Amino acid sequence: MFKIQIRQLEKQFVKQHQYVDVLENISIDIKKGEFVCLLGPSGCGKTTLLRILAGLEKPSLGDISIQHENKQNPLQSMVFQESGVIPWMTVEENVSFGLKMRHMPTDYIHEQTNHYLEKVGLRRFRKLYPKELSGGMKQRVSIARAFANNPEILLMDEPFAALDEQNKFILQEELLSIWQETEKTVLFITHSIDEALLLSDRILLMSAQPGKIIEDLPIQMQRPRSIEQVRASEDMTNTFLNIWEHLHREVKHARSANH
Amino acid sequence: MRKLIKWFKHQQILTISAPIVLLIAWEFFSRMEILDPRFFPPPTLILQTLIDMGAGGELFHHIGVSLLRIFCGFLLGVIPAICIGLFMGMYKWFKTFFSPIIMIFMPIPTLAMLPIILILFGIGEFSKMVTIAISVFFPVAINTAAGVANIDPIYTDVAKNFQASSKDFFLKIALPGSLPVMLEGIQMGQAIALLTIVAAEMIGANSGIGYVIWMNYKAFLLPEMYVGLLLISFFGYFFSLLLRGLERKLLPWK
Ligand SMILES: Nc1ncnc2c1ncn2[C@@H]1O[C@H](COP(=O)(O)OP(=O)(O)O)[C@@H](O)[C@H]1O
Ligand SMILES: [Mg+2]
Repeated sequence: MFKIQIRQLEKQFVKQHQYVDVLENISIDIKKGEFVCLLGPSGCGKTTLLRILAGLEKPSLGDISIQHENKQNPLQSMVFQESGVIPWMTVEENVSFGLKMRHMPTDYIHEQTNHYLEKVGLRRFRKLYPKELSGGMKQRVSIARAFANNPEILLMDEPFAALDEQNKFILQEELLSIWQETEKTVLFITHSIDEALLLSDRILLMSAQPGKIIEDLPIQMQRPRSIEQVRASEDMTNTFLNIWEHLHREVKHARSANH
Repeated sequence: MRKLIKWFKHQQILTISAPIVLLIAWEFFSRMEILDPRFFPPPTLILQTLIDMGAGGELFHHIGVSLLRIFCGFLLGVIPAICIGLFMGMYKWFKTFFSPIIMIFMPIPTLAMLPIILILFGIGEFSKMVTIAISVFFPVAINTAAGVANIDPIYTDVAKNFQASSKDFFLKIALPGSLPVMLEGIQMGQAIALLTIVAAEMIGANSGIGYVIWMNYKAFLLPEMYVGLLLISFFGYFFSLLLRGLERKLLPWK
């Protein structure tokens, strides 16, 4: 039994009175506790796929199912591409948002909120409003909010795309440490090959529009991994080149199709 | 930092200098009778008149009457305006349904409706409050609706994703998210309320600041009339300071 099962998913949007195929024949199985990265050129439908899983969009065809083991927990929580941190709530209120919306007991809300504020190093900043935070801190709030909600699966949409390199490395490590502690199933979107290699158990490569899964690559390197190790490993370098070629071909293909 | 403080002080001096120059010029030209002092009595004389009128006590009665009308009329307009504005922002069907009513009534100056208001509500205090309520209603309702409509859809997605109920969505997202634009509308409404009450009191009342202005004008007591104008200017400034302060309290996240 898989944690996430996607079967022959299709999605069309109406754009200027025309149907546009955004996702085509997507079938994915993800095991419990797996960290899966979805990698593809921008505009290929990654966000759309994640939004369908999050229940924010409806599929045009096909089925998705997420195994709901512990009914106390919500099914999924999302970390949004642009910071979805709510500006009129403090750091603390943002992190406890999901728990409050589900009317959890106060003690539990406190415990979860404190734990994840500590985890992402924002305890001191709990009373601040987002306008006073840097981009990296806002994404920490967003991640803490999703994990504090204790969902069955986590959906992350390029959470680090807007950060500078240093911040990105730190947050990637923090994320991995939280993930290893909680053993959650994560579906993570990125367009960075390095990021995918560092984080994933498996990389799913997507084609340019309409998005299809064109490769399913297991990443066997042992954890914990560091960027240095990933860079030094010959296996990983080969995988990098393999992915790079695929993406390169996709982008070129998309260009020639458009012109 | 030092430079900043210096610049700030400079700014403040610049801000108060224009009115002061104006007052001094007025005083001077009036005293020299270059300006006709019967129509433009010197500011010092107006100030003296204010003190005399204040000592008489009747002035406070008029001020109190006007303030009460403004306060009650304001609440009478703002509360339904916020409710309807929030509904219009949140539900498209309600906006489609209600917009024509706003479109029809908004262009009519409230004062032009005064005869109808008097017929409907009599000549008592209530009709004055209704007049203010109507004039305040439109800017507040429109701004509130715009405030909700302008909330970034990502926060709606966040609320949905974290399973917010409609009630929680209303209280935690729609209301606080629309508050900045709503308060701008209330600020506008406050200015309009002051304009409306003075004009309404000039037409059909026997008390209030507007009445003071009109009666003294008709009696050719111009310094007394200017006292009325001075009071309006003062209260206009005072109310907007009050609302600014409220805004700072309500929007610590801005
Ligand atoms: N609500 C929508 N209506 C119409 N087209 C959309 C909508 N959302 C996304 N699209 C289109 O679907 C395609 C995929 O978008 P998206 O999933 O955001 O891609 P990615 O996240 O991979 O960059 C794009 O061409 C985009 O313009
Ligand atoms: Mg995207």
